[in-house]
Amino acid sequence: MTPSDTSYAAVEFHDVRLSLGTARFHFDCRIETGHIIAVTGPSGAGKSTLLNLVAGFETPDSGRVLLSGKDMSGVHPGQRPLSLVFQDNNLFAHLDLFTNIGLGIHPALKLSPGDRRAVSDALQRVGLAGYETRKPGTLSGGERQRAAFARALVRKRPLLLLDEPFAALDPALRLSMADLLLDLHRESRNTILIVTHDRDEVARLADCVLSVENGTIHP
Amino acid sequence: MRILLSTTCAVITALGFSLPASAAEKKTLTVYTYESFVSDWGPGPKVKAAFEKTCDCTVNFVAVADGVALLTRLKLEGASSEADVALGLDTNLIQEAKDTGLFATHGIDTSAASIPGGFSDDTFVPYDYGHFAVVYDTQTIKNPPKSLKELVDGDPSQKIAIEDPRTSTPGLGLLLWVKSVYGDEAPQAWAKLKNRILTVTPGWSEAYGLFTKGEAPMVFSYVTSPAYHMMEEKTDRYQAAAFSEGHYIQIEVSARLKSSKNPELAQKFLSFTLSPDFQAIIPTTNWMMPAAKPAEPLPPVFSKLAQPAKTYLMSPQDVAKNRDAWIREWLGAMSMN
Amino acid sequence: MLTGAQRRQGLAAGAASLTAIALFVVLPVTALLSTAPASSSQGGFFDGYTASLLRFTLLQAGLSTFLSILLAVPVALALARRPAFPLRIWIVRLMAVPMGLPVLIGALGLIGIFGRQGLFNRLLAFAGVEQPVSIYGLSGILIAHVFFNLPLACRLMLSGLERLPGEYWRLSASLGMRPLAIFRFIEGPALARVIPGAAGLVFMLCATSFTLVLVLGGGPAATTLEVAIYQSLRFDFNPARAVALALLQIGLTAVVLFIISRLPPADIAGVGEGRASRRFDGRSLLARFYDAGIIAAATLFLVLPLGAVVVAGLKADLLKLITMPAFRQAAFTSLAIAISAGLLAILVSLGIIAARAAIADMRHPPRPLKAFSAALSGMSSLVLLVPPVVLGTGWFLLIRPHADVTRAAPLLIAAINMLMALPFVMRVLAPAFETHAARTGRLGASLGLSGFSRFRLIDWPVLARPLMMALSFAMALSLGDLGAVALFGSQELTTLPYLVYSRLGSYRTNDADGLALILGVICLALTALGTAGHRRQT
Repeated sequence: MTPSDTSYAAVEFHDVRLSLGTARFHFDCRIETGHIIAVTGPSGAGKSTLLNLVAGFETPDSGRVLLSGKDMSGVHPGQRPLSLVFQDNNLFAHLDLFTNIGLGIHPALKLSPGDRRAVSDALQRVGLAGYETRKPGTLSGGERQRAAFARALVRKRPLLLLDEPFAALDPALRLSMADLLLDLHRESRNTILIVTHDRDEVARLADCVLSVENGTIHP
Repeated sequence: MRILLSTTCAVITALGFSLPASAAEKKTLTVYTYESFVSDWGPGPKVKAAFEKTCDCTVNFVAVADGVALLTRLKLEGASSEADVALGLDTNLIQEAKDTGLFATHGIDTSAASIPGGFSDDTFVPYDYGHFAVVYDTQTIKNPPKSLKELVDGDPSQKIAIEDPRTSTPGLGLLLWVKSVYGDEAPQAWAKLKNRILTVTPGWSEAYGLFTKGEAPMVFSYVTSPAYHMMEEKTDRYQAAAFSEGHYIQIEVSARLKSSKNPELAQKFLSFTLSPDFQAIIPTTNWMMPAAKPAEPLPPVFSKLAQPAKTYLMSPQDVAKNRDAWIREWLGAMSMN
Repeated sequence: MLTGAQRRQGLAAGAASLTAIALFVVLPVTALLSTAPASSSQGGFFDGYTASLLRFTLLQAGLSTFLSILLAVPVALALARRPAFPLRIWIVRLMAVPMGLPVLIGALGLIGIFGRQGLFNRLLAFAGVEQPVSIYGLSGILIAHVFFNLPLACRLMLSGLERLPGEYWRLSASLGMRPLAIFRFIEGPALARVIPGAAGLVFMLCATSFTLVLVLGGGPAATTLEVAIYQSLRFDFNPARAVALALLQIGLTAVVLFIISRLPPADIAGVGEGRASRRFDGRSLLARFYDAGIIAAATLFLVLPLGAVVVAGLKADLLKLITMPAFRQAAFTSLAIAISAGLLAILVSLGIIAARAAIADMRHPPRPLKAFSAALSGMSSLVLLVPPVVLGTGWFLLIRPHADVTRAAPLLIAAINMLMALPFVMRVLAPAFETHAARTGRLGASLGLSGFSRFRLIDWPVLARPLMMALSFAMALSLGDLGAVALFGSQELTTLPYLVYSRLGSYRTNDADGLALILGVICLALTALGTAGHRRQT
């Protein structure tokens, strides 16, 4: 099940410690490349903090976070080899889908004709062909999340972080979104960290489970 | 929503009833005047006490912002006004006030009045006067202008704050003064004076505020202004410049209303305004010159004030007739670059 | 998702608000016109003089608005980018103070800094510049208008930026967007939605500016329509001309507002509360210096004139002032009027909001209702243009035959202040209520919650803060207002600004300075109350 031929792990936490207010976190673990890992645990346990440390929105008080073997200390979120999908507000509401997804390729929207095609292809791939000029406000919740996947697709980053991406969707929609996610994973062979509460989702998607409790990873 | 509605209603009702109603058993004399007359430090409280001792009545002051507002209020109220007496109009408003037909002839003996240049009218009784003057800061201005001409022609870097004739009585006073001295040459004088004018404020307070804050070393005010600083602040830093051409005068007057329900009492009050008791109150509370002989001699600082050599006063009719045209002329001269 | 009854109630509330405002404005105007003395119609109405007033009004208001908005943009961006800037909440609160100061006091504060003898010129003289730089003229008017309106524009913009979801900043950081890209794709569009509303508000405030324009304008070439309105009514007693000029002013500004509203997609702008969301951009040293510099410069521009007011005020015998009976009376009257004005403004705003929500809730509102909705929003901002002197004089005429004007005066002043505060209160409440309705409307409806329990459980916890903020805003405005009071003023009815002016009007500049300082402190305290608890929340 490990298709990657590199010897590096996708994510490594080396004795990472962080305190936010009264909460203390301590992570030390290794996540192999190419897997889908479900991050579970009660609310407030530190699931989002774990993701924030990976994405660079939190800086460890001590210890190191490594992505694909590279130390991420001092690396700006924008320079890290990953893509993000949140539960909500994944798209800039005032920009059309083309711009929203195009920003994933170039953050100042300097796009080559090839890039433009890539955006349209990605939209087609997630089932939103022809939606380039639509604004997020005119889409359903599921469609908006698909668009967010399309952006992750064009970014071609080895790591995808998902923070309860389907929590706001109804059960039938969750199923089809999970299928889409699996399809995309098989194509791109990326590593996926997904925070979720849904047991069915864990069973359907995850290769393994990372259980976070009281600010640390539960064995 | 409903709670908010009822709270609002409650607060507003409370607001409406929080003001005490003045219940009166004795005869009440209602005097309309301007605000600074009735303030704690103004003549109002003393005048009320002094008159009430003699009349077996209650004096009720109703104060509005200034003399102009006073006339406007009377116009708005017309014949149904509560006012028995209006106190605080000035000579420039007399014609306009007469035209309303709201005022009754006073019918009293005004021979006690002695106003520079003389003043007599069958309706309006003078109670104080003041000559307009340029007041300057002795710390900044070493050689104050000695005439209106010197003011007009002087160093443009020494600024003066003046009032707008469209919105204030001192402003109109300066306009008439320049007109009296320069006649048809007034626009040219204004065009020259313009370079010395720091700014033109809507009222006396703003100009005088700029002056005492040190922003303008000169201000258009009254000959009597330094008396306040000498008596209350014990400083002779601020002085009025005596102008050789003479000074324009402002005379403050009172009159009784035709609609008054207490005509005798109103008449008695008008007589009282010329009495030594009333006149003694005026100088150190209203900071104007008494219109008749006061009960006590003037405080010594008043002898240090500039003594105008000559008094200018245009007839109220002329002012009423020409005011608009002269203001236009002033606007034209002042707006030119 | 409103029930039929709720919709009807909403529409009724809106109709009541609209009727109340309309009657409050139209009745006195009619009364004024019907008493116009026949003699006073000398000369044509629209002559060269009026044309020059019109030109100058437009010029100064246009430039003032442009500068206020332009300069507010970098300040708002920097403040939004620095949620943890030292004393940030107090900087934002301080921005409410100019609004609550009597205009003349603000002007004297500015003169203390930028005047001939001000700090600025003294520094220049120290540096060897001989001739003092004069602010009197258009430049003075612009500085003053920027001083009074930049903080307002800045708060409106800040709220527009703060309303953006926190995910946007994570996303932009994660996508590696540079400052320019962030401005182009996130901040710019957010500002563009707020700017038309802010610009409209600032334009109206500048167009009706009176004391500032005269005091700092340097001469009668700087005269606005408002001066002419005041002159016609107070000095010439020519109501017909006053009303005509007022209509000209309203019509003209309505045109300008219409043009502004056409520019980009307009969105009703809220007022910034100093709430902060976490940002991941601008971490470089240069960016930090830039933001700190911008914030410091804006704060200095705001604080220095206020500091001049404080310094002057401290020279007064504050203890003696506070213990005077006249002060207590005036403070009581001022606060009572301010609270009434604030509550009234909130009540009327709620009516307007309810009606607009009811109309927006319909899938296909009939045309008359759409027009009604537009009338509601137009009315709620244009009321700012009705000169208080016209309202006051008109109501005086209406009430006098039936009741004691002195007794009715506090209510009238409260109502006039309510009109002035309405556009501001609407800008605080409308976005908050719209968001709240969108979030809880369906759920509340499905649970069948209504009446008091809905209010207590769902509405109050969320809406208490915007309501408090709106109240403090309206109260600050009302506290600083002199215009309405000056019409009725009598010794039984003095407010704090009236007291300030009456001291100024009788040589007592020191007392006036002291009172102004106290007034400023009260305003700051009100704003602090209105924005209390924001820090705890974040």
